[in-house]
Amino acid sequence: MQLNSNVPSGPLETKWDRYKFDLKKVNPANKRKFEIIVVGTGLAGGSAAATLADLGYHVKNFCIQDSPRRAHSIAAQGGINAAKNYPGDGDSVQNLFYDTIKGGDYRAREANVYRLAQNANNIIDHCVATGVPFAREYGGLHANRSFGGAQVSRTFYARGQTGQQLLLGVYGQLSRQIGLGGVEMYPRRDILDVVIVDGCARGVICRNLVTGEIESHSAHAVVLATGGYDNVYFLSTSGMHSNVSACWAAYKKGAAFANPCYTQIHPTCITVHGDYQSKLTLMSESLRNDGRIWVPKKAGDNRSPDQIPEDERDYYLERKYPSFGNLVPRDVASRNAKLACDEGRGVGNTGLAVYLDFSDAIKRDGEDVIRAKYGNLFQMYDKIQDEDPYKVPMKIYPAIHYVMGGTWVDYNLMTTRDGLFCLGGANFSDHGANRLGASALMQGLSDGYFVLPYTIGGYLATQSLADVNTSHQAFKDAEKQLNEKLNKLMNINGKRTVDDIHKELGHYMWEYCGMARNDAGLKEAIQKISALREEFWQNVNVTGTSKDFNQTLEKGYRLADYLEFGELLARDALTRTESCGGHFREESQTEENEAKRDDENFCHVAAWEYAGEGKDPILNKEPLVFENVKLTQRSYK
Amino acid sequence: MEEKFINLTLKVWRQKQGEKKGKIETYQAKNISTDASFLEMLDIVNDDLTIKGIEPIAFDHDCREGICGMCGQVVNGYAHGEEKGTTLCQLHMRRFKDGDTVFIEPFRAKAFKVVKDLVVDRSAFDKIIQAGGYITAKAGGAPDANIFPVTYETCELAMNAAECIGCGACVAACPNASAMLFVSAKISHLALLPQGRPEAAKRALGMVRAMDACGFGNCSNERECEASCPKNISITNIARMNREFLSAGVCSTAM
Repeated sequence: MQLNSNVPSGPLETKWDRYKFDLKKVNPANKRKFEIIVVGTGLAGGSAAATLADLGYHVKNFCIQDSPRRAHSIAAQGGINAAKNYPGDGDSVQNLFYDTIKGGDYRAREANVYRLAQNANNIIDHCVATGVPFAREYGGLHANRSFGGAQVSRTFYARGQTGQQLLLGVYGQLSRQIGLGGVEMYPRRDILDVVIVDGCARGVICRNLVTGEIESHSAHAVVLATGGYDNVYFLSTSGMHSNVSACWAAYKKGAAFANPCYTQIHPTCITVHGDYQSKLTLMSESLRNDGRIWVPKKAGDNRSPDQIPEDERDYYLERKYPSFGNLVPRDVASRNAKLACDEGRGVGNTGLAVYLDFSDAIKRDGEDVIRAKYGNLFQMYDKIQDEDPYKVPMKIYPAIHYVMGGTWVDYNLMTTRDGLFCLGGANFSDHGANRLGASALMQGLSDGYFVLPYTIGGYLATQSLADVNTSHQAFKDAEKQLNEKLNKLMNINGKRTVDDIHKELGHYMWEYCGMARNDAGLKEAIQKISALREEFWQNVNVTGTSKDFNQTLEKGYRLADYLEFGELLARDALTRTESCGGHFREESQTEENEAKRDDENFCHVAAWEYAGEGKDPILNKEPLVFENVKLTQRSYK
Repeated sequence: MEEKFINLTLKVWRQKQGEKKGKIETYQAKNISTDASFLEMLDIVNDDLTIKGIEPIAFDHDCREGICGMCGQVVNGYAHGEEKGTTLCQLHMRRFKDGDTVFIEPFRAKAFKVVKDLVVDRSAFDKIIQAGGYITAKAGGAPDANIFPVTYETCELAMNAAECIGCGACVAACPNASAMLFVSAKISHLALLPQGRPEAAKRALGMVRAMDACGFGNCSNERECEASCPKNISITNIARMNREFLSAGVCSTAM
């Protein structure tokens, strides 16, 4: 497999402008002749669908939920970064670029990250123009706050529900295009295969979740914006329907999967309780602006927090990282929480929690100010934990929150399969081995509003695509194959429920591919996942029929893909024997327990290629070239 | 509150797809932790039903943290349950007592057809937004974000309205199945902001027309919508919508 990143040469600052100039354009009258399938209606998919339709393309847009307004981008809380420098604290595109590259532990492409930093300011302008009510100062101008891994305030926010407001902005733009007829909307659909004709992606096969019908849809290009694969861990902060199935189908049709072992464990989530728990809830990183993280100095100190005097508390992030304090990047904060708990200094019933304490901020600013900034987050916490965080410190622990890995894409956001593009959280491109807070929203909107609409034109203008519709044999074959798979699943009639098996998979993933990974554990994980996959196909119980609204079947085929994908994740983690960002190999750490990279052997993107059923996947490497930043050991001290 | 384990009797609306009528079935929810959420309680019951070979209860959900607006059932007569300012996924079993009987039904309205069991079709909300619930802006031509100052208070009011999650509880709670709280929240959010003014009249007329066409009822000031809203959207938004609609009808050429 050839991995050509298609990054243009020349100075970093002008790459994207020159590239846009060089891209072939499709004239407005011809755009009408092209059909584009966009899968997903989150920030990336929704913005891409709306913008492509606004340009004149005919768009078919698909989503799992009953409405495009519910994609999981909606749950993002804290904010979106841009280098507007409104607070006048010395921010610039160069700064945002540098922080993002460094935050990702030097495992992202320079050119992609620089373009992202450049687009960030346009995103803020466009979002405001579409009615996003970002927080304002009393003078009427925009307010900013700080996020991890940065020493400037560059994060725009709408209370603790920035993702919701951004997504509703996108949903508005998308709704306008649906009303005008530019976008045909298909809600409640699962995309289960990508159809390839003459080497190019020309359509998708989906399951209508209401009727259970298998449907074929053809187009001139296919865009996947289906989010991350966090739910391979069963418990994550992702939506319950988030899945890897479309990207996994694409992988089997020639789209390489990059860096699956780069997962993000977010330091501040509400703690785990009970084996019935269905998902985890994040407490936004923005809380670390005002909340202070601490544990008791003494192991086994089980006094209530208000009984522990100041000098017996260890504000370990402030102690170890004086220049970034509580605002170190997520991977660093998570590992330190784990270390504190491993030392027996964790709090709460399970000992798997640390305090996030607002009492100093409330004393300093007053409860009203804190309520205005984080009111909805405090309310969420109270509802779940039944404890008032204005009075008692929050108890938090790291949890799976995001994945940096995803489908490999080049500078055009095209996968290794021609005509198949991948955007937002579903691709691997911009965050390296660790994403900084408030950067996911930025990437989704950058890809959808400001990158794909240009690059897809460049693709369509240079292809001579034959007329293909759904009567083509490739669609018939794909439908038949899918029907066979679903029938097989419906007829196992075993003894274990889908959730039961999914929880077991999640347990292996968290245990062996979680915050710390090692050689023996990863090898064991691969064996256990493989055995569990066999058991699934012998012993799962899917009730009902396939031609009906059947949520058990939905969960079943998504889990079938996770049982294959989980093994690839573990294999990638096993192969990458260095530590970097969120990927922490116990064998590779500094004396101070920080992630130790091995730039000599691992300064590359690992792009895995499907080799066929039952065969080991093939590892391809895209070397990462750094012309503008110097690779150093990350330090936030 | 200490974790306890409770037993409940559930009376659940079951309706097969394509059938006009459904019926209440009785199930036992056993050994439920009071720290579990309401939806997690249903997960446990569904696992139990699956093992017994009974098809699980279909219900909509996704984010399970109160923001996507996908979940929603009528619990003991209240949309999203009795607790104020709470989506169903945020409702926890500590609000119930051992031995309680709990009635669970779908959101009911002429404009929300039952798909299956507790799942309803809320696409009418999307149709209303498509009729004007947006600001027309091309990706590329926007001026600097700080060009229009917006007072802190106005921004807060717009944000209060913009918090609507489109769950449909307001419709389910209203004796007329009116969608006025939902529609007024979007009209208010955009009308309060300077960038939303150019299309304000067209938006108010278009959205109200679409609301009527979808079969939602009218407002008769029952205030049930506000009481059931998980995001505490205020009915003052309905007053603002009425003003926007009236002035659009009287003063504007945007018919």
